[in-house]
Amino acid sequence: MSEPMIRFSDVKKSFGNKKILRGINLEIERGQSLVIIGGSGSGKSVMLKCLLGLLQPEHGSIFVDGDDVCSLGHSGRKRVLSKIGMLFQGAALFDSLTVWENVAFGLIQGQGLNKVDAKEIAVEKLRRVGLSADVGALSPDELSGGMKKRVGLARAIATEPEIILFDEPTTGLDPIMADVINDLIVECVQDLGATTLTITHDMASAHKIADNVAMLYEGKIIWHGAKAQINNSGNAYVDQFVHGSAEGPIQMDTQVKATVA
Amino acid sequence: MKNPLAIIGRIILAALSELGRLFQFIAVAVSHIVRPPIYWRLIGQQMWLIGYNSLPVVGLTALFTGAALAQQIFVGGTRFNAESVVPGVVVIAIVRELGPVLGGLMVAGRVSSAMAAELGTMRVTEQIDALVTLSTDPFKYLIVPRLLAAVLTLPLLVLVANVIGVLGGFLIGTERLGLNAANYLQVTADFLEAADINSSLVKAAVFGFFIALMGSYHGYISRGGAQGVGKATTNAVVSAFIAILLTNLIITVIVFGVTG
Repeated sequence: MSEPMIRFSDVKKSFGNKKILRGINLEIERGQSLVIIGGSGSGKSVMLKCLLGLLQPEHGSIFVDGDDVCSLGHSGRKRVLSKIGMLFQGAALFDSLTVWENVAFGLIQGQGLNKVDAKEIAVEKLRRVGLSADVGALSPDELSGGMKKRVGLARAIATEPEIILFDEPTTGLDPIMADVINDLIVECVQDLGATTLTITHDMASAHKIADNVAMLYEGKIIWHGAKAQINNSGNAYVDQFVHGSAEGPIQMDTQVKATVA
Repeated sequence: MKNPLAIIGRIILAALSELGRLFQFIAVAVSHIVRPPIYWRLIGQQMWLIGYNSLPVVGLTALFTGAALAQQIFVGGTRFNAESVVPGVVVIAIVRELGPVLGGLMVAGRVSSAMAAELGTMRVTEQIDALVTLSTDPFKYLIVPRLLAAVLTLPLLVLVANVIGVLGGFLIGTERLGLNAANYLQVTADFLEAADINSSLVKAAVFGFFIALMGSYHGYISRGGAQGVGKATTNAVVSAFIAILLTNLIITVIVFGVTG
């Protein structure tokens, strides 16, 4: 059996006394699209940041294509990052650059491509996500939320990475635009044959993008299975989350705690 | 009631911890300065932003300060029939102290805050994380160009400020106080020494380093949205001001402490 593209092995991460990840074990096979669902504050973003090397876990290992990102040096980390593209929640476009320069950034800075060739590829990637070449000359602050996500997606696929990470790809978008972005993600990923890891709490997005789904709750993966099984998971936590019900084992801390002086 | 010693201890520990983080930041930044790639285009861009855009405010500050200084020295000097010291005292005061310090403070107010706001916004909008995912080191791409540009630009700015400051004194001295123009310039040239200019440029380079360092550091580590960026901006300006005034004192004592 081949080595999984991404493997989390007993990953633990805390901030002060607050334990965020409490032993994550997860494998993503090559070419697979895994969606991690979970409520706000469940540790989804921290998982991604640990995978990218932006945060260092206190315990455990994260393997990307066989390399443990937690113990890599500068050049090793750069090699791993060159295999990864990422779409950030707010797109994270660079304000100081035009749209095409944003899309071409990884090609110019990461791969050393010259500006003319990089611009040609950037325009082609913009076209791939449904934006015309004219948009390339605009500044990110001239774009709508949906257009920013498209540009972010174009930037994520510009270097044709083997792995693409999506952080809440549909947050802040109207349902129609969210569906457009979901379709684009599916198409782009199929074109590239990439392995993807998406974190979201949007079930419509999860249904559209995922091959497999995992649920993160209180820093642990409490369920992992095929997308088709999610409505019959047999897990009360997953059922409550999928149906968006206030009743169930997941208790939201909605009461204001009064303190006695 | 809380133990006052415990409170003092916590404050000292917090300050030491902050200082440790700052030194760690400096060490990483300096290590990136000596390793390629160096982004020359970004350094040029920052030099333009720091230098050219600061010229009006620095020039006006120097002009008004030099003029006011000449007026004050003249008023003081007339009590001892020593009006002739005006050009000498103005040039020494401007070149040794006021040019670099006031120039540094004005640039700190403009540049440290702008750097902290820009980098802080990049941090809270995940643009710095995005740089990492695009195989670009944020220290090389964001911090090093700002540090190098400020260190290279501040001496040039201060040089200009010194000239304009002396000019301010000259204008007031000759046009209002009745001093002879040729004599004013002669005394200015006689009083000015190479050590004065050298110390002025060294101070400017050091101030440039701290201006960019504080702006970059506080912006880079900022957290918590708009409020965090606002706090980073304030901290950058205040800490740059303190660093400039403290290092000015240290350099002055080292250079002029023995010989005067």
